[in-house]
Amino acid sequence: MPNKTFFAFILPSLIAMVLFIALPIVSVVVQSLYVAHERVMVEVENCQPFGGCTKELRVDTAATTQLQREQPLGRFNGLGTYFNRAHLATNELGAILSSERGFGEKVALIFNLPFYKALIFTLVYCFVVTPLAMVLGFAIALAVNALPKVTKGPIIFFSLLPMIITPLVGSLILYWMLSPNGILGATIQHIFNDPTLSLRASPPLTWIALLVYGVWTNAPFSFVVFYAGLQTVPGDTLESAMIDGASRWERIRYVIIPHLAPLATFVALVQLMDNFRVFEPIVGFSADANATSLSWLIYNDLSGDAQQFGSAGATSVLTIIGVVILLLPVLIRTWREFKHKAV
Amino acid sequence: MKPILMLAVSTVALAMGAGAAYADCGIEAGSVRILSNDFAALRAINAAAQECASGTVTVTANATAEHKNLQVPALSINPAEYSVAVVANNSIVPLLNDDLIRPLDDLIAQYGQALLPSQLVKIDGKTMAIAFMGNGQHLFYRKDILEKAGVEPPKSYDDILAAAQKIKDAGLMEHPLGASVKPGWDLAAEFVNHYLGTGAEFFAPGSAELAIDNDQGRKALEVMRAMTAYMDPDYLTFDANELAKEYEAGNIALMVEWGSLGGSILDADGAAEGVAENTVLTAAPTIAGGTIPAAALWWDGFTIAKNISDQDAAASFQAMIHGISPQMMKANEQTATWLIEGYQPGPAAVGVVANANGGARPYPMQPYMGLLHTALSAELAEFIAGSEDAEQALADVKAAYDTAARDAGFLK
Repeated sequence: MPNKTFFAFILPSLIAMVLFIALPIVSVVVQSLYVAHERVMVEVENCQPFGGCTKELRVDTAATTQLQREQPLGRFNGLGTYFNRAHLATNELGAILSSERGFGEKVALIFNLPFYKALIFTLVYCFVVTPLAMVLGFAIALAVNALPKVTKGPIIFFSLLPMIITPLVGSLILYWMLSPNGILGATIQHIFNDPTLSLRASPPLTWIALLVYGVWTNAPFSFVVFYAGLQTVPGDTLESAMIDGASRWERIRYVIIPHLAPLATFVALVQLMDNFRVFEPIVGFSADANATSLSWLIYNDLSGDAQQFGSAGATSVLTIIGVVILLLPVLIRTWREFKHKAV
Repeated sequence: MKPILMLAVSTVALAMGAGAAYADCGIEAGSVRILSNDFAALRAINAAAQECASGTVTVTANATAEHKNLQVPALSINPAEYSVAVVANNSIVPLLNDDLIRPLDDLIAQYGQALLPSQLVKIDGKTMAIAFMGNGQHLFYRKDILEKAGVEPPKSYDDILAAAQKIKDAGLMEHPLGASVKPGWDLAAEFVNHYLGTGAEFFAPGSAELAIDNDQGRKALEVMRAMTAYMDPDYLTFDANELAKEYEAGNIALMVEWGSLGGSILDADGAAEGVAENTVLTAAPTIAGGTIPAAALWWDGFTIAKNISDQDAAASFQAMIHGISPQMMKANEQTATWLIEGYQPGPAAVGVVANANGGARPYPMQPYMGLLHTALSAELAEFIAGSEDAEQALADVKAAYDTAARDAGFLK
C-alpha cells in the first residue's frame, strides 16, 4: 500500500486517538504539575441551626477568585506532587530507610505509605492473576477443542460469561457468595468447622478472594484467543507427531505450545496492562481496608468531600509510567523480532 | 461504587412542566432546576416544589446520590445547570469555598417571612442556606435483649461495652454491637462523632493546623476499637444501610445509626419478629466521661446558585419555600426530623431530638474539613481492621491531611 493511501486510511482513527487519548493524557500531565492557589482566609461569624454562632475561618472568595483569574491552572508545583507523601514519598522513604529499625519493621512502615500499599497489591495482582488466568484459559481452550461439535457452542458461551458480566457486578456476585450467609462462605465455614471464619475480615483471605476473582474474570479472554489459535495449528504436524508416537501431552508440549507462543505474548501484554488497572473488585468486595490499588487511589482522591485533581493527576501519570515499565520487556522483544524479520 | 453506575441507577426525576396538581406559588415566570441528594424527605420536597410548575414556570428536579460530585462543576458554569442545590453541613462547604451560591437575605425579606430564625444558616452575617431538617447518628437498642441480660439502658460508651459483655455472657447474642465503620466516608464520620463527643476541637484556633493528635483523639479511637470486639467479624464491610439490615434481621442489640433510617426500622416491614416493637431510639452515648452525645448534628437545607438570572433565583426561592411549606411537612411528618414551623416530633425523630437537646455539636463547617474527612476515611482503615495502633493511625491521618491541605492551599 502506498504511504499516502495508508495515511488516508488511518487518518480518522488517528484523529480520534489524538482527541480522545493523547490530549486527555497531556491535560492530566499538566494538571499534575499544579496545585491549588493559597486560599486567602478570613475569620467570620457563622450561625447555623445547631450550635448557635461561632467564629470560624472562611475562604475569602473575592481575593481567591482574583488569584484564580490571574493563574487559572493554580500554583506551579513542578514535580512536588509526585514526591509528596501521597505519592512517591521520597522524604518519608529516606527517613524510614536511614532509621535504626529492623528489616521487617521498615517494610511494614513503607507499606503503610498509601502509594506503596497500593503498588504492592497492584503488582501482586498483576503477576499472580496474569499467568494463572492464562494457564486456566489455555486449559479451557484445549478442553473445549476436544469436545464434539454439538456441545461446543453452549460451552463456549458459558465459558465467556465472566468476561461478559460487568466487572463490578461480577465482583459483587462473588462477594455475596463468599459472605457468611452465601453459598461459598457457608461452605468454607463448614469445611473448616469455624463459624467465625470470614473471608472479608482477614487481609490474606481478602487478597486470596480478590486474586481468585481476578483469575475467574480474566480467564475467558485467554481462552478465546487461545481457542482461535488452536484452530490454526497445522493438522499435518499433529498427525506426523502422532505417527511418531507422541502422547497427547507431548503433542501439546512440543507442537501446540510453540505454535501459540507469539499469541501468548500478546495475551500477556494485554492482560498485564488490564490487571495493572485493577479497581472494580476492590470496590465490589469492600476491600479498601485490606487492599488498595493505584486506580483506587485516583478514585479516592476524586470521590471524597474535597476533590484533589493534582494528586489524582500525579497518580494517573505514575500508573501510565508503571504500565510502560511493565510492558518494556515484551515491547523490546517484539521490536527485536520485528527487526529480525525485516532483515 | 463507580460514579457513572451510581448515576445510572439513581432516580432521575424529570417533570418538565408536568401539572398534575397546580399550586399557586405566586411565581410569575422562571426556570427552577433542583439538584439534591436522593432520600425520601428530599424527594417529598422536590415533589412539592414541582407543584409550582405552570405555563410560564418550569420546575425540574434531579435527586441523585452523586449530587456532591455534580454540584461544583454544575454551578460553576454560567448560567448554572441547577438553580437550587440542596446541601448539608459538609456539602455546602465546596460551594462556599468557590463562591457559587448567593446570599438570600433580600429573597427572605420578600418571600420568606414564614421561616424560623433557627432555619437560617448565616455566614458572616449573610444567609447562605435555609435549613429544613436535622439528622444525626444516635443509639438504637433492643429493650427485650437488654431486659433479658439485666442491664439498664446505656448512657455512655462504657455502659454499652459493659452491656455487650453481659449480653454475650448470657448467651443471648454473639455479636451484640453495631456501628457503621466501613472504611471510607462512614468510618470517618464515626471518628468525627466520637471526637466531637470528647469536646475537643479538630483544628488549632484560627488556622487549618490539625489538632487531633491528643488524648481525646486516642480515646475516640480506643473506644471505636473496643466496640469492634463485640461486632460481627464482617464489620469492615458494613456501611449505614447494611448495618440497618443486620439490625432488622435481629442480629444486633445495640447500634449507632442514622436518625433518618429510624422510620424504616420502626415499621415492621422487612424486619425479623420482635425487632421493630422492641426498638428504642435514644440519644447517642457519651464518651470519655463527657456529658454530650458523641454524635455530629447535621442539617439539610437549600441554597440558590449565584450564576443564574435574578428572575430564576426568585422563582427558585419561591418554589423551594413551597417545597418546604408546613403543608408538605404535615403530609410527610414521619419522614424526617423537620426544622419547619409547627413540627411535632414523632417516634422516629426521638433520637435526633434527644441529641440536639443533649447539646451534641454540629458537624464542622470549616473549609478544610472535607480534606480531613477524606484523610480519615482512608488512613483509619488499618486501625479499625486491627492491624495498626492508634498512635500510628493519628500520625498517618495528620501526614495525609497535611499533604492534601498544602496542595489545596490551606497550609503553607
